[in-house]
Amino acid sequence: MAQTAASLTAGQTSARGENRKGLGAIWLEFLGSMNLAISLLVVVSIASVIGTVLPQNQAYTDYLIQFGPFWFEVFRALNLYDVYSAWWFMAIMGFLVLSTSVCVSRHTPAVWREITRYRTHVREQSLRALSQHRAWQSADDPARVGEVAEAAFAGHGFRVRQETRGQATIIAGMKGRATRLGYLFTHLAVVIIAIGALADGNINLKIKEMLGEFVIETRDLPVSQIPQQSWLPAESGSFRANVTIPEGSFTNVAFLQVRDGYLVQSLPFRIDVEDFHIDHYPNGMPKSYSSDLVIRDPALDEPIRETISVNHPLTYRGHTIYQASFTDGGTKLNLTAHPLTGRGQAQSIATHVFEDTPLTVAGASRTLEVDDFQFFNVNRDPRAVERVGAADEFTNVGPSFNYTLRDDAGQAQAFHSYMAPVEIDGHWYYLHGTRSAPDQPFEYLHIPADDSASMATFMRFYQALHDRSRVDAASTRASERMLRQMGIANPDLGVRVAATANEMVTTLLDDGFGEVNAQLEGRVAGSARSAMLLDFSRAVLQGTLFEIYREIKAEQTGVALDRIQLNNDQQRFFEDAMNAVSAVADYGAPVLLELDHFNHRQATGLQITRAPGKNVVYAGCALLVVGVFLLFYVSQRRVWAMLSPRSDGGTDLLVAGTNQRRPELFEAEFTTLTDALDKHLRQPNEGSK
Amino acid sequence: MATSREELLREMRQPSLWQRLSAADWAWLGLVALATVATYAVLWEAMNHYEVVITAFTAATMVGLGWHWSAAKTYMTLVCALSLLAISRYPELAAAQNDFFLRYLLSSQSAIMWMSALFPAATLTYGVALASGHAFTARVGTALTWAGAAAGLIGLLVRWHETHLYAGGIGYIPVSNLYEVFVLFAVITALIYLYYEAAQNTRSMGFFVLLIISASIGFLLWYHFEREAYQIEPLVPALNSYWMKIHVPTNFIGYGCFAIAAMLGVAYLIRARVADDSPWAARLPTLKQIDEVSYRTIALGFAFFTVATILGALWAAEAWGRYWSWDPKESWALIVWLNYAGWLHLRYTKGLRGKPMAWWAIVGLFVTTFAFLGVNMFLSGLHSYGEL
Ligand code: HEM
Repeated sequence: MAQTAASLTAGQTSARGENRKGLGAIWLEFLGSMNLAISLLVVVSIASVIGTVLPQNQAYTDYLIQFGPFWFEVFRALNLYDVYSAWWFMAIMGFLVLSTSVCVSRHTPAVWREITRYRTHVREQSLRALSQHRAWQSADDPARVGEVAEAAFAGHGFRVRQETRGQATIIAGMKGRATRLGYLFTHLAVVIIAIGALADGNINLKIKEMLGEFVIETRDLPVSQIPQQSWLPAESGSFRANVTIPEGSFTNVAFLQVRDGYLVQSLPFRIDVEDFHIDHYPNGMPKSYSSDLVIRDPALDEPIRETISVNHPLTYRGHTIYQASFTDGGTKLNLTAHPLTGRGQAQSIATHVFEDTPLTVAGASRTLEVDDFQFFNVNRDPRAVERVGAADEFTNVGPSFNYTLRDDAGQAQAFHSYMAPVEIDGHWYYLHGTRSAPDQPFEYLHIPADDSASMATFMRFYQALHDRSRVDAASTRASERMLRQMGIANPDLGVRVAATANEMVTTLLDDGFGEVNAQLEGRVAGSARSAMLLDFSRAVLQGTLFEIYREIKAEQTGVALDRIQLNNDQQRFFEDAMNAVSAVADYGAPVLLELDHFNHRQATGLQITRAPGKNVVYAGCALLVVGVFLLFYVSQRRVWAMLSPRSDGGTDLLVAGTNQRRPELFEAEFTTLTDALDKHLRQPNEGSK
Repeated sequence: MATSREELLREMRQPSLWQRLSAADWAWLGLVALATVATYAVLWEAMNHYEVVITAFTAATMVGLGWHWSAAKTYMTLVCALSLLAISRYPELAAAQNDFFLRYLLSSQSAIMWMSALFPAATLTYGVALASGHAFTARVGTALTWAGAAAGLIGLLVRWHETHLYAGGIGYIPVSNLYEVFVLFAVITALIYLYYEAAQNTRSMGFFVLLIISASIGFLLWYHFEREAYQIEPLVPALNSYWMKIHVPTNFIGYGCFAIAAMLGVAYLIRARVADDSPWAARLPTLKQIDEVSYRTIALGFAFFTVATILGALWAAEAWGRYWSWDPKESWALIVWLNYAGWLHLRYTKGLRGKPMAWWAIVGLFVTTFAFLGVNMFLSGLHSYGEL
């Protein structure tokens, strides 16, 4: 095998190396040399490693944090944040291609000779030098032997040429020459692919940028306000851009991200999104999503209607449109804002996702920023056995939405609320979450749902706690009842107990049970019967709250206060309500937003690409595959028969052959060939080998 | 005795491929054709036209493979028969527990467990054979390897059926997460090895190759028990494509070949240290054999890896909107490819042989392993599913 290459590369190189030659020739020599090729292969590999180890095209601020100002600058200078479009990477690639093409052009003549020439001019000793050769002395005359040999070669699938040199006749056969094309194909393919890729790569963008043909926009602006200098004309070069379109809306531009900014790519047509669908696996994971698109183009007499989905893009006018992602498209939300300050009325708000609305609830003014909306939330049911697929093990807890409240000082707090109550071991709660910091998980208020599955009762209860007179009345009733039960008849003690209860209610509203306990313990500290006093005070507080709850129940049901009976659920509700009240103290927002109604609107994320070089690259790939298989699985074989007439009218026959790529396979083939000859030659005595 | 040129030609013409086919070959063709028709009959509704083509292509490949390598006929027949048996007893998932056959032999989990037992056993046997130079033991090693490869492939085929038993149309071809491709890797590597074992008729390389297979089994078991990776999870939409069916297996032929070449590199370095008169010299493969098979496997691997990478590009063009995005997996595919292109150049065009090439092949495995595992573990990107 080795000598093939030698004949093709090293050999030639050194051979030429002997005689003097011009600088250009030396350069070509160098470019086409195998060593350079291999070194380049290695260098490209290493360069590609950098690009994968260092995450590419991130926000520049992230890099800054990661590497600090100094290295950030160094890496940026070396273009390591976008290695594959870095000038030096392009340069290496260019070199590899150059060297490959030089190599191909230099070897093509040699390869062509290998394909076309039958080497009828070989000399006898070089045939005898081959490991596979055999000689006969046949009684047949040369003409006959020639016929037999030619037939044998042809019979074994060799193409045959014949040549007579003086006395001797040479029959040369060859097959499997396609392997030589394999070399040409693979290497041409490398060049072709590189050219196509170059056309699609973003260097033409880089060049335009260097020429100052556009400026990268880094601000977040509506399309109409983006200055012309950041626009790219339609159908110019290749690009890969993204755009998000809400259902029922359209676009004729897309945005391509460049380093830390973006450019606007205008499209030669208009894309309308009529509808967006998504279906899910039982576990809530998206299974597939698709968009109904309409392409409008003056060039079209009929707009094109097509549904695209992941793995099923649409191609029009050299642009390919992909289903890339999806988000909310500005879902309309009708909210009720319940004041948590005890003052003011609940008010209803109409807003949209991604929209900001000023709020003034009970004196406090905030900006409401709706950040997101989830149409459903599927949770894996903890009770179900761990097995995917069975639909029964998943529960959909319904819609939820994320919002931020920003005060005038710009301080923001994030919230996440569910629309419907969620069941937690047999009881139903409205979940309203908030978190202290963006990296923290949401912690949820559990507001008990009442008999009519609403928050109304709780809200009423909560408001009532802010109503001084009501609390007074309740605490008085509560303390009196307790003292009576304990058989203590002491009016002004009753008054004092009631007063304490009122204070405790206020503390509860402001700071929660924790604080209430702390204060109580502070008070009874040192007193002889502190434990008993504590229990008593707690009992009074609870009694007071319970009185208020009973009142509300009475109002709701129209039953007289002294005759109202509460069932277990209502008892349970009361306990949950007390905990919720305490938790509201930590909730930290002046309002509680309840989602009454929504009008779901999604947006589809499309990726639009234009890659003029694509077909060139594909053609190159096809060539590469064919070439590689030819190289590996076809092997070129040559055979020769040299006949020279003998004085006795017989013939001296020498047959030899080679398979440069797979000598080990050739032995058997050669044997069958010579056996065939044996059968058909009259031979008084076997010739010396 | 022939006289005229025409007669000579007629007598000496070598039989064409069709003439060389044996009765068994024709039977095999018939069998596969029948199976293919049956497949279409049963699944026609469920197939899109790509899958129809892929099925036909698969059938053609099976026929060719069977003709070229007769042991493969038996293997494929057995695997298909047993898988069909399993599927026929598998109307719903519960069967995996209730049906004796499935529970202990043929449900994907038990089949894969059998594989995980058989390959290490084969490794051990080959090892003993190598140490003792005992020919029969080596034959047992071969048998175990065949059995392991069968168990693994059955496991995958049955798992394919299982995915379709889950609610909500989860069904997918089980070559789409790390767990599944590890099984695939073990099976393909074993098969490629068995082919060259037969071609070179020496079993002395078995131990070295089976080592790497056992290593992957080790990982598989860790992944199974530590991470419960055997769970069947639905596919993300981007993976839900017929491209998966061709891209992944092609890729793993490449990986398998490179792995074998690397282990042979190890064998080469060891053999090169052994004096020719020592008893080991006789038991270890000859340098010539190792060299030959290394070259063959790397060539085969390079060819298939080329195809796989191109298929990947076509898929990427369809799923992500670009045939090449320099995402880590792609870049590493390029690195692997260029690396072996370099190897082939030195070996073929410069005729370089021996230790350096052995070392290079070994290093190549590390590069390949990173492309296959490391990228998923350490780097994120479009391919970030199949994460560890
Ligand atoms: C990305 C670039 C390249 C790739 C992927 C590539 C690939 C290949 C492959 C796969 C082979 C077959 C090796 C074998 O048969 O074992 C080969 C052979 C060869 N390559 Fe390259 N090659 C590249 C660049 C080059 C360059 C730059 C040169 C110029 C020095 C070159 C010169 C050769 C030669 C002379 C052969 C032997 C062909 C024969 O005799 O059949 N290659 N190449």
